[in-house]
Amino acid sequence: MPAAWTSLTIHESLDALRSGAVTASALVEAYLARIAALDPTLSAFLTVTVDAARAQAAAVDERIRRGEALRPLEGMPLAVKDVLCTHGVRTTCGSKVLGNFVPPYDATAVVRLVALGAIVLGKTNMDEFAMGSSTENSGFFPTRNPWALDRVPGGSSGGSAAAVAADLAVAGLGTDTGGSVRQPAALCGVVGLRPTYGRVSRYGLIAFASSLDQIGTLTKDVHDAALLLEAIAGHDPMDSTSADQPVPDYRAALGQGARGLTLGIPDEYFVAGLDPEVEGAVRDAIAVLERLGARTRRLSLPHTDYGVAAYYIIAPAEASSNLARYDGVKYGPRAAGAKDVVTMTARTRAEGFGPEVKRRIMLGTYALSAGYYEAYYGRAQRVRTLIRRDFDRAFAEVDAIVAPTAPTPAFKLGEKTDDPLAMYLNDVFTIPQPLAGVPAISLPCGFSAAGLPIGLQLIGRPFDETTLFRVAAAYEAATDWRSRRPGLGGLS
Amino acid sequence: MSPEEPRITREEVEHVARLARLELSPAEKERMRIQLDGILGYIEKLREVDVTGVEPTTHVIPLVNVMREDEVRPSYPVDAMLANAPEPEGDCFRVPKILEE
Amino acid sequence: MSEHETVIGLEVHAQLLTRSKMFCGCAATFGGPPNAQTCPVCQGMPGVLPVINRRAVEFAVRTARALHCRINAHCRFARKHYFYPDMPKNYQISQYEEPLGEDGWLELEADGTTRRIGIQRLHLEEDVGKLTHEGGVFETANASLVDFNRSGVPLMEIVSRPDLRSPAEAAECLRQLRTILRYLAVCDGNMEEGSLRCDANISLRAPGSDELGTKVEIKNMNSFRHVRAALEYEAERQARALGRGERLVQETRLWNPDKGQTLSMRSKEFAHDYRYFPEPDLVPLRPEAAWVREIDAGLPELPRARRRRLAEQYRLSAYDADLLASDRALADYYEEAVRAHPNPKALANWVMSELLRELHGDPAAADRAPIRPGHLARLVALVDDGTISGKIAKEVFERMARSGEDPDAIVRREGLTQVADEAAIGRVVDEVIAANPGAVADYRKGKKQSVAFLVGQVMKATQGKANPQLVNRLLAERLPPV
Repeated sequence: MPAAWTSLTIHESLDALRSGAVTASALVEAYLARIAALDPTLSAFLTVTVDAARAQAAAVDERIRRGEALRPLEGMPLAVKDVLCTHGVRTTCGSKVLGNFVPPYDATAVVRLVALGAIVLGKTNMDEFAMGSSTENSGFFPTRNPWALDRVPGGSSGGSAAAVAADLAVAGLGTDTGGSVRQPAALCGVVGLRPTYGRVSRYGLIAFASSLDQIGTLTKDVHDAALLLEAIAGHDPMDSTSADQPVPDYRAALGQGARGLTLGIPDEYFVAGLDPEVEGAVRDAIAVLERLGARTRRLSLPHTDYGVAAYYIIAPAEASSNLARYDGVKYGPRAAGAKDVVTMTARTRAEGFGPEVKRRIMLGTYALSAGYYEAYYGRAQRVRTLIRRDFDRAFAEVDAIVAPTAPTPAFKLGEKTDDPLAMYLNDVFTIPQPLAGVPAISLPCGFSAAGLPIGLQLIGRPFDETTLFRVAAAYEAATDWRSRRPGLGGLS
Repeated sequence: MSPEEPRITREEVEHVARLARLELSPAEKERMRIQLDGILGYIEKLREVDVTGVEPTTHVIPLVNVMREDEVRPSYPVDAMLANAPEPEGDCFRVPKILEE
Repeated sequence: MSEHETVIGLEVHAQLLTRSKMFCGCAATFGGPPNAQTCPVCQGMPGVLPVINRRAVEFAVRTARALHCRINAHCRFARKHYFYPDMPKNYQISQYEEPLGEDGWLELEADGTTRRIGIQRLHLEEDVGKLTHEGGVFETANASLVDFNRSGVPLMEIVSRPDLRSPAEAAECLRQLRTILRYLAVCDGNMEEGSLRCDANISLRAPGSDELGTKVEIKNMNSFRHVRAALEYEAERQARALGRGERLVQETRLWNPDKGQTLSMRSKEFAHDYRYFPEPDLVPLRPEAAWVREIDAGLPELPRARRRRLAEQYRLSAYDADLLASDRALADYYEEAVRAHPNPKALANWVMSELLRELHGDPAAADRAPIRPGHLARLVALVDDGTISGKIAKEVFERMARSGEDPDAIVRREGLTQVADEAAIGRVVDEVIAANPGAVADYRKGKKQSVAFLVGQVMKATQGKANPQLVNRLLAERLPPV
């Protein structure tokens, strides 16, 4: 039945495509129909590339008809966070300042996906310039959590997470700077992977914080995350910070089980402020992993508590620099009526940027300004070193670290928008990993009494996504959280 | 959240807004001052950490000497480069009066 | 006025002769229709990233080593922030705390002495775009147009220590630096086109003092002449101000060549706060010791060494060696010619006079000379073996410059071969003596000029082809005795 196709994962859809049970066109139509029905409520998408998706699907069906071999992502309809440049398709970064910017180039990750046969269904909503934890900072509109329409989907990749959770796409790309893939994954009950810094090219990823940004995956299961990562990972000569490390066969890790691995449980992640239901679900998950044969032990990541403070200097500082280019000269709308270029630029930026972006630009500019550099940016980068060392020391003892992803399940729309600092503290468990450059994955591990998803986070050594997939897949196979579907407020 | 001595003054907010080319209304400036003050107050936590002898982390990935060969690659067509321009003129980007060199 | 000591430092920007830009593959060549040599990277579009041009680093290391700088084992790029329409990202990727080279020097030769001018640092950065102002004049334009072709071209910034002590010295230092850059083939040093730019810092202090006075930055000096004139004006201005007991303001002033003055730039409310921080999109450079050694070994002979060797090897005067070595192009030209025909003295004269005149006095133009070195050598050889006279050779030279032909072809075609046949010349000499009794009589009376007249007549009769020595000898033999 057409509706059922949209509930499949990538690997299941590929099987169906291969067996001829479904055509690429039928699959795309099924997703487009679901978007048409549900997205007016969810608002996960900013742009849906209907015609292009149909044309690509038709091309895929033609390839299949001619008997050509299927590529690893043949015909798979994906959602792409609007922070990634897509050639010929409007790219907004969730901001009015870009207006109707249409990039003349694709992000490398998009090039790779399309080269492997994937189809871009559209661009998803996000917190403006990836700054936020709820997608409420979008310059356009908020996205709703498919599990509870009055709640946030998390951010900044809220659009992609909601789209995957609501089966509006088979999978999605997001980006993670301080948790922006993992936290929405946790709040929306999907799998969200943040790779090691440098694992995936940043070319074409509209920069927020250059030393922290990474493209990540939002998928319905762990297998799909491994598939997508294989597709997009690897060195890119256009990105000087992309690692020259070979890309392993991540799928080989999926059946290896958790037996024999040692998992660390960090004291500092189980503190006051952690919702008791979240703690309960995570501790149950640890018990499952122990039953699966993993050894667990407590450990300390002593500088965890300083992560948010360090991050909220480093990220805004880099952002203030990366966003300087939005000046109304070369692209984006230009403020009217200004007689001189300084006024024009200041007004264009004032009109185009939302309050959170302005706040971070101000904070970042201040932190880098004369006399303050060493006290703020300099100090934050040194604390960053200490946070890295915490992980280095931990990984000498354990293979991976288990923790909650977000301190609470999804909060209500509007609940935290008045207090920026309260919003920042949502990121407490997902900020240390980007600071250290290590990979981490969030996967569903339960629900609150109110029926809201809870995420389990696994943190790994640099370039050891393999161990993360191994543990995550073992846990996923031993549980069945995926069988529970979002209510979508009674829609569909 | 109202300390005796503010961590950031109104003048500093104005100065930073100028540096960052952001036109803020008086109300926005005041709101910004209060919010930044609060955030900077939280950031002060970092002073508790002993960072003596600790090097800053500029890159989390231990790469060095990443360079490319000096080869010319085709430039983009000028139409593509001007397609998003708010005020193209001929093949250039037009901007209003520049007051200072 | 000389109650003050003048203290000058130079800040030079040199555009590097790489094929592609500093951080992207667009061509780094001059000219071209606006915005036709750009890409998303050098236009600062959202999401793009820079990648370092290896050759630019090599050129910078080469220059740093030629200036005796230490190459830092660990260097970084940094972002330098300011908003301006010609800056695509509103930050320039440059270097700040860990530049490529530091603590070098330039041996300044002037008035027979040599002095070391300290080079504080040398680093790499990217150039910005070009602005044209509607109506042509910045001050009155209501709008400007931006062309990003130049954006991203590699620049090398060289900062001297404030070791220069006069405007003349500063101009000379710049000239010698330019010569070195051209010798290294890293920059073509064209100030008019902007591939070499110079700003200066100048202050005055009491003689013998160690402290620096208030320094003023001078910009917009587009030639060596302007550098000297601007600094002379400014030194004078500062001296007069100090003489009146005024306090000098640390500021930037623009040289106005039309007015012959430095003028204060419009006052700004605040100085630039560049908010430098290490460039996160680029990883550090650790120039390998082996690579630096390789570059050291591959350094070409530098101007000073070349001057010395030319003087010694070809037994030239210091003046001649100086001129021939003033540009690598000219020195290379000269040596190639001498290799083809070993008459260094004659060739030196030809190169320094006739050839240089052909090049409008610009030694740098020798690599585009209308006459090949081999051809000039051949011309001298033809004179040396008596085929043509020196006078005829000058005519042949002119023709060679117009047509690019080799001298043999011209001599052959126009029958310019010197006549050295004694019998033939003898007959002409006899005819001239017979035809000019007045001059002969004057000669017998002791008027020496008459000989010159008679030689002239012989040359005229032979269309200048007679061998002059032969003419003189035969005349001397055949004229009646005094």
